[in-house]
Amino acid sequence: MYFDFVGHRKWWYLLSLIILLPGLIALAINRPPLNFGIDFIGGNILEIRFEQPVPVEKLREALGEMDLGHVSIQAAGDQNFLIRTKELDRDKVNQVIGALQRLGQAEVVRVDHVGAVIGYELIVKTVIALAITLAMMILYITIRYAGEYLAGISAIASLLYDVLVVVGFFALFRWEVDSTFLAALLTVVGYAVHDTLIIFGRVKENLHLVKKEGFAEVVNKSINQTLRRSINTVVTVVLVLLSLFFLGGESTRNLVLAMLIGTVFGCYSSIFNASQLWVDLHLLFREQEKEVARPTKAKAR
Amino acid sequence: MSRGRPALKLALFLLLVLLLVGIGLPFLLKHMRLGLDLRGGVHVLLQAQSTPEHTVTPEDMAALERVMRQRVDQLGIAEPLIQREGSDRLIIELAGVSNPEEAISMIGKTALLEFKTADGQVVVTGRDLKDARAQINPQTQQPEIHLKFNPEGTKKFADITKKLSETYPMGFPQRHIGIYLDGQLLTNPHVNGPIPDGNAVITGFTDFKEASKIAALLRGGALPVPVQIAEQRVVGPTLGADSLAKSKQAAMVGLILVALFMLVMYRLPGVVAIFSLGVYALIVLSVLWALKATFTLPGIAGLLLSVGMAVDANILIYERLREELHWGKTLKAAIDSAFQHSIPIIFDCNSNSILAAMILYWLGSGAVRGFALNLGLGVATSFITAISFTRFLLRLISDVPLFQDLRFYGVKLDPSLRPAKEGV
Repeated sequence: MYFDFVGHRKWWYLLSLIILLPGLIALAINRPPLNFGIDFIGGNILEIRFEQPVPVEKLREALGEMDLGHVSIQAAGDQNFLIRTKELDRDKVNQVIGALQRLGQAEVVRVDHVGAVIGYELIVKTVIALAITLAMMILYITIRYAGEYLAGISAIASLLYDVLVVVGFFALFRWEVDSTFLAALLTVVGYAVHDTLIIFGRVKENLHLVKKEGFAEVVNKSINQTLRRSINTVVTVVLVLLSLFFLGGESTRNLVLAMLIGTVFGCYSSIFNASQLWVDLHLLFREQEKEVARPTKAKAR
Repeated sequence: MSRGRPALKLALFLLLVLLLVGIGLPFLLKHMRLGLDLRGGVHVLLQAQSTPEHTVTPEDMAALERVMRQRVDQLGIAEPLIQREGSDRLIIELAGVSNPEEAISMIGKTALLEFKTADGQVVVTGRDLKDARAQINPQTQQPEIHLKFNPEGTKKFADITKKLSETYPMGFPQRHIGIYLDGQLLTNPHVNGPIPDGNAVITGFTDFKEASKIAALLRGGALPVPVQIAEQRVVGPTLGADSLAKSKQAAMVGLILVALFMLVMYRLPGVVAIFSLGVYALIVLSVLWALKATFTLPGIAGLLLSVGMAVDANILIYERLREELHWGKTLKAAIDSAFQHSIPIIFDCNSNSILAAMILYWLGSGAVRGFALNLGLGVATSFITAISFTRFLLRLISDVPLFQDLRFYGVKLDPSLRPAKEGV
């Protein structure tokens, strides 16, 4: 099994763009760009479980009279309800619980309240954490690939792509972004670097080994050689994530979802973006330096 | 004779590992501390508030912590977690609370007791209080609270009552002292004369129950500063139990799937990987147990994810091994070479993941921290098991003549399929 990855790279770039674009558009159009949960913007979540089925309309009616502002009621089955509101004080929460319990025997499963201040701090922290992580990764890659800054740039571009895809998916489908989203993003970043470094490591090894092949061939060979490991690793991680997604608790579902997307596209991006980009950058800068005699090639790229 | 030796060694070693993992894992899993999301409970983040006159000091926070501890103790909850966060916040976590509402109202009750003069000046506060008892006044049959001030409070109270009774004639509104609980006027008694002994009585409660509850709050310590619940999460016990059961199931299914995948893909090395995973799990859980870490839902997700990474180390090594064997190396040389080539790469990748986990731990809070700790720890452990245990076991296996058949390593025997040209 030997596939010409590098030869088709224009198509891969196009494919990557097609994957990324809807999310980017959603990010640009949607206000707010992401569906921030109460962790970020403050508010209340109340989860209640009725002993008998209760129609959603009844809940809406009961809560509608209470002047709570915008209320979102999400039904999980016909007995479980997740009610999201703006920030409410304790008296108001008790009123809401009282009103709901008049509809039927009910158990309060979960009550979350997050103040707006805490939410704002979380946003700041998230941005800082992401920025620091990316900076550290860039530093790490730069040091590891001191002589190969083109590889570093390619790896980082691929990393950013991966983060953007995950964020884009969440923007596109309006999945809720909560405090664990940061955890997912940072893990994905670590993981995506991981994938890229394995391919690049092989490229470096092969460059030492065989001198006569062109750079593009070496990269292509390296991708093929590491392909089984790339796929197998993704498969094992995806197996774990899928079982967590389908069987695990509700509250980690979005974390798992973000990681699923990130892992799959992290692997994709290592092969189809990072490696290809390295080839193009190499052809653009290095070949130009080495072979001034062939300016046409540089122009074509 | 020498044929049996490596096999025996291998069998004994595997038995030992099985025994350790078989006994250790269930024990550790049973004794793991479960987080609020898995056993139900209350998480409250209290924010102490600075007023124009008074900024929150570390002493205030220490006092607040003390008060909260007393209140929580009155609820009779085992292992409450109370810790300060930053300069003006307090985290309170109560696991396994049967009545979360009551717990929160107990914690959230500010019980800021203030004695104010008619011009709104605060003369004595709950800080000056020594004791508070509720009782029914035998004459009026009304509930009331008897307060006793500490020496400082006694002096303050004596001074103000003396000053008021000297400044204003009897019956003047200025001779009243309003007693406020959480900013609400409870009673506005008239100061008949100087009170030098530090005793005061508050009336104005609807019933004895209310009076005794407030007395308990006051006794538990009135708060030194006003506080607000900045964040609150209540997980009902059913949700906790449900999450725990689901996580167990998810972990089990995930691990079995990974094990099957490894077996199918890598045959004998796959078995090695499964043993490595067992040892890996034993080490990670032991460390978590020793650190008294708490298991939470995101924590479990982090652990399982690190299993994925641990497997990845194995995959990297085995893929390399396959290649080395394809290139025509002998089994032993191939194993050595596979490790030699894989370790730097695994180290590279893992340091990146650990880096991310460290930043996450540093900046994250609560649930995210648990995730980061488990992920970082897991990745570090997976690296160590991969380069020590996996290598040791693979070498041990390769010593056994029976297992020297390359088919066990997923490599076809036909020599024509083993191009040696790239073997270096």
